[in-house]
Amino acid sequence: MNGIHDMGGLQDMGPVRHEKDEPVFHAAWEGRVYGINASLRAMGKWNLDTWRYQIEILPPVDYLRMTYYERWLRINEQLLVKHGLVAARELEAGTPDAGSAKGVPALTAAAAAARGLSRGIPSSHDPNVPPQFEVGQRVRARNLNSAGHTRLPRYARGKVGAITRDHGVYSFPDTNAHFQGEKRQHLYSVRFSARELWGEQASIRDSVHLDMWDDYLEHA
Amino acid sequence: MAHTHDQDHDHQAVPSDPALRVKALESLLVEKGLVDPAALDVLVDTFEHKVGPRNGARVVARAWVDPAYKQRLLTDAPAAIAEMGYTSGQGEHMMVLENGPKIHNLVVCTLCSCYQWPVLGLPPVWYKSAAYRSRAVIDPRGVLREFGTQVDEDVEVRVWDSTAELRYIVLPERPTGAEDLNEEQLAALVTRDAMVGVAKVAALVGKA
Repeated sequence: MNGIHDMGGLQDMGPVRHEKDEPVFHAAWEGRVYGINASLRAMGKWNLDTWRYQIEILPPVDYLRMTYYERWLRINEQLLVKHGLVAARELEAGTPDAGSAKGVPALTAAAAAARGLSRGIPSSHDPNVPPQFEVGQRVRARNLNSAGHTRLPRYARGKVGAITRDHGVYSFPDTNAHFQGEKRQHLYSVRFSARELWGEQASIRDSVHLDMWDDYLEHA
Repeated sequence: MAHTHDQDHDHQAVPSDPALRVKALESLLVEKGLVDPAALDVLVDTFEHKVGPRNGARVVARAWVDPAYKQRLLTDAPAAIAEMGYTSGQGEHMMVLENGPKIHNLVVCTLCSCYQWPVLGLPPVWYKSAAYRSRAVIDPRGVLREFGTQVDEDVEVRVWDSTAELRYIVLPERPTGAEDLNEEQLAALVTRDAMVGVAKVAALVGKA
């Protein structure tokens, strides 16, 4: 989706504010949101791509105004309702409906201690999924403008780069986010010169590397 | 208190104080059996006390003093980092990027906030900010200057936009003037910012 979250190359977003000795959480509630988010993710009702898309479809004004953990809070409320785990009226009331089923938490304290963090996404070197491109090849990022989830930033679309590494086989976020299958395919590191992306104003030496799936690329 | 809270819920479209909303959400989810509050305690404790940039700093220091380890780190970062006891989370597909006299690496996630959790902990606010995410790719040298980091014109700046599940960590240059330091002392010099690539590692000036 061509949303506000796709920020690469936007200008006039202000200075980068570096906070000295920044705490991990700025308020106790941020830590609780982190934990709630991880606990709900552990239920496996949605994947990381679905989760990211839910953030992307926040109204842009809200997206910009909210802090990071305010976004997490909002989208977890939305995902809970969307996936039928909590009724909207329960969220409103703050108490479960009378007679509603009681679940068993997917993430226990012991499991949290053993794992610590949320799960990553598995990759593989599945020989049954052949690569469409090889290291060294020149490629063009396709000019795709999906209204769904994508990890192909606007600033790279239509631009020509070179493949520097084949990372192996990964699930494809554009379909996985919408429960349309993992569509596993090769993922590559693609190097774009800064001049190709930004024109003459960029340094002739500099480059930007993006990770791109087969379906984002075409021969150049 | 509970009365005031109910009234807030009835009347406002704009979100109330997030602290209150989170408290209400947590208690609802606990009542519904979806969340174990003890698991939340563990996760908060993990990030506040166990996982953080010190982990990454130890990896960097080991690479500086042990060339064989450095080689393993550059070719298979997840395995080399697991040797140090740090695993899981977003770290499965970590890649280490080596800075040198003519190469400076900088890491960003323009689309969200992907970050090297197992070795660096949770990302700082600036890393997640619109300002950093927008500018790191189009004006990396300007961003570096704002961080007080001088990168000469003849140095190649390589920006890594974390668009997939690969997580990038910068191996900074070992500072000059730190030749006599042992691994532990070197680790103390390595900052989170240096491992993201917005800073370099400086030798200690004076005594701590």
